[in-house]
Amino acid sequence: MAILAKAPPARLAELLPDLAAHAVLRAPETGAVMVRGRTGGTGAPFNLGEMTVTRCSVRLDCGAVGHAWVQGRDKAHATRAALADSLMQTDAAPRIRAMVLEVLAAEAKAARTARAGKAAATRVDFFTLVRGED
Amino acid sequence: MQAQSLTGGFADAPVESARAFRAILEAMARPGTIRRVEGAAPPAPLSPAAGVALLVLADPTTPLFLAGAVDCPAVRDWVAFHIGAPLAGAEEAAFAVGTWADLQPVTRFRIGQPDYPDRSATLIVEADRLEADGPRLTGPGIREAARLSLPETAAFQANRALFPLGWDCILTCGDRLAALPRSTRLEDA
Amino acid sequence: MYVAVKGGERAIDNAHAWLAEERRGDPAVPELTVAQIREQMRLAVNRVMAEGSLYDPDLAALAIKQSRGDLIEAVFLIRAYRTTLPRLGASQPVDTAAMAVDRRVSATFKDLPGGQVLGPTFDYTHRLLDFKLAAEGEVAAAPTQDTIPEPVPHVTGFLNRDGLIEAEPRDDTAPPDLTREPLELPAARPLRLQALARGDEGFVLSLAYSTQRGYGRTHAFVGELRIGRVAVEVDIPELGFAVEIGEVELTECETVNQFKGSKTEPPQFTRGYGLVFGQSERKSIAMSLVDRALRWKELGEDFTGAPAQDEEFVLYHCDNIQATGFLEHIKLPHYVDFQAELELVRRLRAEAAAAVQEAAE
Repeated sequence: MAILAKAPPARLAELLPDLAAHAVLRAPETGAVMVRGRTGGTGAPFNLGEMTVTRCSVRLDCGAVGHAWVQGRDKAHATRAALADSLMQTDAAPRIRAMVLEVLAAEAKAARTARAGKAAATRVDFFTLVRGED
Repeated sequence: MQAQSLTGGFADAPVESARAFRAILEAMARPGTIRRVEGAAPPAPLSPAAGVALLVLADPTTPLFLAGAVDCPAVRDWVAFHIGAPLAGAEEAAFAVGTWADLQPVTRFRIGQPDYPDRSATLIVEADRLEADGPRLTGPGIREAARLSLPETAAFQANRALFPLGWDCILTCGDRLAALPRSTRLEDA
Repeated sequence: MYVAVKGGERAIDNAHAWLAEERRGDPAVPELTVAQIREQMRLAVNRVMAEGSLYDPDLAALAIKQSRGDLIEAVFLIRAYRTTLPRLGASQPVDTAAMAVDRRVSATFKDLPGGQVLGPTFDYTHRLLDFKLAAEGEVAAAPTQDTIPEPVPHVTGFLNRDGLIEAEPRDDTAPPDLTREPLELPAARPLRLQALARGDEGFVLSLAYSTQRGYGRTHAFVGELRIGRVAVEVDIPELGFAVEIGEVELTECETVNQFKGSKTEPPQFTRGYGLVFGQSERKSIAMSLVDRALRWKELGEDFTGAPAQDEEFVLYHCDNIQATGFLEHIKLPHYVDFQAELELVRRLRAEAAAAVQEAAE
């Protein structure tokens, strides 16, 4: 679910173009989730601010149920993520895992690594010029 | 989560919840009037009207107390999926659902504080019958007097005596509901 | 006294039409897209998200476009929009120690695990206008360096080991929410941090600066400043467990403050905390200074009368939407109450003149 939620919506649509026949248990609904932090990073929780979230739940004809909660306001993204989640409860699971989830996970990892590489290039290497006499 | 808990919410939430909210608002504004509501099909023993009231009024920020028979796995799951209200004890609840007998003692529910009388509970009372007979109601929103089949009179009179504090009440029966805000005065029939 | 008046409808419609035209500017110049604002005005987008208290870069960019770049107006649009959203729940507190950092610096420790990572910063630029930007041109890709991601622990953790800095023991009390309940004083620290996180950057900056200049001085150093992305996890009721539903960019600042000890606390370093949506380091540093100044009571310090120590002053005035709403309402018609004032002044003047005349006679 996390991989589907964090996938770029357009990329998910490319990888999973067809929507399987399904009944809607909860139509895509956009709302807000309050994001919390902790005082000092580790202490008591506090409310930082909200983020937009869209959720959706579907049921396939075979009875498999899928849920999605995705960041943002893209209803097609939420529907597609819920469908992929429901397909993961069926015989199609290995195919979805290989053709959708693993591809998305690899792309997310590559994007993260690329950004970490740029950050690493700005890491400071200190060298001592003159140490004060003591 | 059982499959039956995933159905029975509003099919067209914006429209259905707006209509149901209007019905509840009108019921609260005109104590004693009985209105029909639709759109919810919650698992037994929760009535459709109580289901509608919860869908419209409760959310993840309103602690909910399930009293007696409605405190069952099917209803708990239905609430979790469709409403997300955290289940809580009677003393912390913003909403409480159950039969009048199961809600006793009603003196344990929140009545608000003098500076925030709105921090009080709303009781959703499941009734076997709901008719325009019984104790005589007077007060804001009632032209002359109204009558409503209430489970008792004394507890509502005691609640009225707390005004502006006190809890409010929605009575549900099948797909019909009526309301009794804390401002209504009661006299035995 | 307020009196309802009618009229001006045509004038208002025409004013709105002209506003739309002015917003567009010269039609010979290509129109900005929301995506362009989101990508190229990102720090403005961040500010609107932080003070609008809603993380959604596309919405913030749209608000900036609609408000013609008036960021407080954009914040207003976002605040109005967020009231239309159902609250679906609250996240698990984000784990900033697990942040994928773009930037992470410490002013107190030179050598620290994870290193000093400058990130895309304005620091060390010469603040000279770059006229190359006036001409459009491609930008070369930033250099990268192969790296094996290593943990980037919080700097304050090192000091904690020696007991030289106050601890922040974990606590799981549900925090108060000022978007749901009116602000009541005294406010607990979680409520203060929520108010500061959505507070006006300029106001919080000035208050923080006032503490540095001596009005409630706390001798702050930036123990650590980090910017990056953290996962947001939410308990999904239908599943019964927490799932990552997305990522937000955050700026976190922890200050290390000198503290001589008080009647209740031993001498040690104390902490101020700032956490803000987006890359907003000025705001997060300012927030942590003001947070520290407001903690005088729990640390047993003296109240010196400094504005930054005064929780009512800070919390009731840091919200720019409340402030601008009250400020700007005085330009709306007040014809009748001004008439009353006018009559009062005339009467007082007449009385004063009569008194002068009487004294002269």
